[in-house]
Amino acid sequence: MHERVLLIEDEPHIVEALSFLLTREGLSVSTHSDGSNAAETAARLTPDLVILDVMLPGKSGFDILSEIRGTEGMADTPVLMLTAKGQSRDRAAAQAAGASMFMTKPFSNREIVANIKALLE
Amino acid sequence: MISFNVLVSICLLYVLGLFAVAYAAERWAETGRFAILRSPLVYTLSISVYCTAWTFYGAVGSAARNGLEFVAIYLGPTLVFVGWWLLLHKLVRIGRVQRITSIADLLSSRYGKSGGMAVLVTVLAVVGTTPYIALQLQSMTLSFAVFTTATGAPAPSPTVTAFYVAAGLAVFTIIFGTRNLDANERHHGVVTAIAVEAVVKLAALLSVGIFVVWGVANGPADIFARMDPELLQSSQVFNTRWLTLNFLSACAIICLPRMFQVIVVENANERHLATASWAFPLYLFLMSLFVLPIAIAGQSILAPDANPDLFVLTVPLDQGQQTLATLAFLGGFSSATSMVIVASIALSTMVSNHIVLPLWLRMNASRNPASDDVRDLLLRSRRLSIAVVVALGYVYFQFNGGTGALASIGLIAFLGVAQVLPALLGGLFWHSATRPAAIASICTGFFVWAYTLFVPSFGGAALMGPETLASGPFGILWLAPQNLLGVGITDPLVHAVFWSLGLNTLVFITVSLLTTPSAIERLQSVQFINVFGQVSPRRGITRNTTIEDLLVLAQRILGREEAMALFKAQARHQGKDSPLPDATNELIATLEREIAGSVGAAAAHAMMAQVTGGAEISFEDMIAVADETAQIMEYSARLETQSKELEQAAAQLRHANAKLTELGAQKDTFLSQVSHELRTPMTSIRTFSEILQDGDTLEPDQLNHFATIIHSESIRLTRLLDDILDLSFMENGRVQLNLETVPLQNIIDRALATTQAQANELGAVIRRDKTAEQITLYTDADRLSQVLINLVTNALKHCGTTPPEVSVLSGLHNGKLVITVADNGKGISDDDIDLIFEKFSKLSKKFTSGSAGLGLPISREIVKNLGGTLVYAGNSMGAVFRITLPLAASETPITA
Repeated sequence: MHERVLLIEDEPHIVEALSFLLTREGLSVSTHSDGSNAAETAARLTPDLVILDVMLPGKSGFDILSEIRGTEGMADTPVLMLTAKGQSRDRAAAQAAGASMFMTKPFSNREIVANIKALLE
Repeated sequence: MISFNVLVSICLLYVLGLFAVAYAAERWAETGRFAILRSPLVYTLSISVYCTAWTFYGAVGSAARNGLEFVAIYLGPTLVFVGWWLLLHKLVRIGRVQRITSIADLLSSRYGKSGGMAVLVTVLAVVGTTPYIALQLQSMTLSFAVFTTATGAPAPSPTVTAFYVAAGLAVFTIIFGTRNLDANERHHGVVTAIAVEAVVKLAALLSVGIFVVWGVANGPADIFARMDPELLQSSQVFNTRWLTLNFLSACAIICLPRMFQVIVVENANERHLATASWAFPLYLFLMSLFVLPIAIAGQSILAPDANPDLFVLTVPLDQGQQTLATLAFLGGFSSATSMVIVASIALSTMVSNHIVLPLWLRMNASRNPASDDVRDLLLRSRRLSIAVVVALGYVYFQFNGGTGALASIGLIAFLGVAQVLPALLGGLFWHSATRPAAIASICTGFFVWAYTLFVPSFGGAALMGPETLASGPFGILWLAPQNLLGVGITDPLVHAVFWSLGLNTLVFITVSLLTTPSAIERLQSVQFINVFGQVSPRRGITRNTTIEDLLVLAQRILGREEAMALFKAQARHQGKDSPLPDATNELIATLEREIAGSVGAAAAHAMMAQVTGGAEISFEDMIAVADETAQIMEYSARLETQSKELEQAAAQLRHANAKLTELGAQKDTFLSQVSHELRTPMTSIRTFSEILQDGDTLEPDQLNHFATIIHSESIRLTRLLDDILDLSFMENGRVQLNLETVPLQNIIDRALATTQAQANELGAVIRRDKTAEQITLYTDADRLSQVLINLVTNALKHCGTTPPEVSVLSGLHNGKLVITVADNGKGISDDDIDLIFEKFSKLSKKFTSGSAGLGLPISREIVKNLGGTLVYAGNSMGAVFRITLPLAASETPITA
């Protein structure tokens, strides 16, 4: 059974790149590109792991994370947050919102895959 | 029998004798022999100028008519002199300290050195004194007439006599009253001559008295036996009128200009006043001693119709005592002349000082008032004033001569001048007395006096008819001059005193309470009222001082260590073993200097005075302290202004700092946004290039696709960097504009050529009106076309309608080029309108493909640099952007 990953990201080229990478690693990838109803999608799919961009149109990644954490059965789901801003403030905010891991764009493919695998174990 | 000519000769000789006395006195004064001239005796005798011809002749007349009523005229002044320490001492001290020259000067000085006040009092004095001078002339003509009638000798008419007497008096007064301008207005010659005349008066009256008692009658018992018993009916004498007379004569000795002259102005030594306080009442007592006997004798031996006012002359004449009669005549002559002389000197001082000189100064404002001109002017104006005053008296005599008893004229004059009393007493004892109150009260009293007494005294003259007198003006009974409000005071004099001084005082107190004294009035009131309190603080300074007190003061001001060091040094200097020196004057002076270094001289002096002398702080010290305080206050006011300025500067700095902080925050936000915008394409590039690096077997299509993504993201990255730099340059106004004259059509052609491919791809329709584009403008064609490209691209991308329709329309409006770019979409939502021109606005996500949301900010900056505006013009038919541009851009770009 493939572990299912939900990728919430609005930048199409990044979605394409991550989908390619994770599929290559044998994971099942779902994508969602809009912030406004991302949490509902997550609640519906109940993925094994969520990759969440901070800057999304419609709603901030932190708010979506809070909603996911509030969703039944997803309190302990690993969430990897991505940000393009790379500020320590974002890292602190992510931790406070309950992110399992926090990575800054651009990232190394090897590193992100290793982190995702670690989070899934 | 003494003929008229002999009498005139005697008078002339007498006057020559007075000349000699006065001249000798002036010579003595010049050689510095003041002691003889200025003895308490001369001072006392000069005060006897109070006893004029009115008292000399009139007292006997009064005694013949009203018994002891005449005593009041002597009793009032006696009481004032016995109680000299109450009022006279203060007047004399003030006169000396303030160098007062007249009663007008005194009141003017007290009430804020007011010129108006001085003029008012001067006028009042002239008006009040004129009848009195007339009275003297009348008494002299009468006495001449008595002699000529008695001797049957031919004599000139009374008018002629009066004229010569007046002229002679004026000449004498001018010669001795205005010989020079003494700083203190002292007239040694005149005063000495007056003293001699006082002796003559007294000697004459005593001689007649003695003759009457022991020559006519057989001693005092006999003379009083002849008296009409009704004359001594006390119930008819000691009534309201009698009390009023006492009061009036007491006022007169204070307020009459000539009395003020001899008592205050001519006073050489305050101690003389102490002598006069008993000697002058004694003089008055002697003057009054034989009044009643002479009156009784006159009534018993002369015809019933004989004028009692002339008994002093007619009794000796009737008894054939030629020499005695001549002496009595000289006594009356002395009384009259001394009064006229002193009164005209006093009045001329007032007139020239308070009326002539101020007028002259006003007319010659540019000339130096210290020149000799003024001395000449003053002397001339004094001489003229004397002549005018005596002439006024003469005219009054002509006008009113022969009517009324002598005494009544004197009383009228007394009451006129007494109107200054409330203002004078208030000025000496009441700090709240004000100038408006003084002026109002004097005017009120003066008017009431004139209305109730002075004008009616003309008796049936044109000024006031008998019907007015009886039933009031215009028949208004309660305004009847001698029965105001119908209170029923039957005696006209008492009535006038009651109303004039009553209303006067009422007005004075009321107005004083309603008004506030000016600063100079306050200052003068302190100088006047506390005239005895001004003791030099240096005198007896060590009396109450302990060295401990001084040390406490020194420590408080200088500090503990410095004070102790100073005291130890002083103790060593004094050769003492203990650390505390003695409180010597030297120590106090040193300490005061030291303290002055800290708190200023005046404050130091005041503090030292407080410690060393208790309450011996002089008014000047207080003023000096106040001055220093004022300076300190001014200084602190300046400091306050400065600190306000500093506060403003600080506020400006705070504002600037807040702005900088805001700008810094904006910069942080901007950098953070730039970072985000740069990292996004870089992420794609890195990820895909790593995938390519992995060397996986990729489909050729896939490989190609990934390479294309890397390529397009690289271009995006480059464009983003270009935009950021562009925007940064333009925002700083450092953009280099390439201005040229170019047809608008060319610019639009170029822009639409660039967007053509995109438009074709979307099947869009682009509309334009080429005829309206026939405009030539001077601008940067590349930049303007960049703006148009931006706007058209945005319209194509975001209008959301298929197929998109974009119109680019141009026209002139108010001399400016207007280009609108409109699409057929839904327009921009209200929420977003405010954000579209923001850099990296959140809308940027919607604009994403290829743009980081910098297009509109950059376009707006370009148009701004070209001197125009770019605005979002509403959603009427989709989104409409409007560019307004000048036809010629300015060479110097507008800085943001």
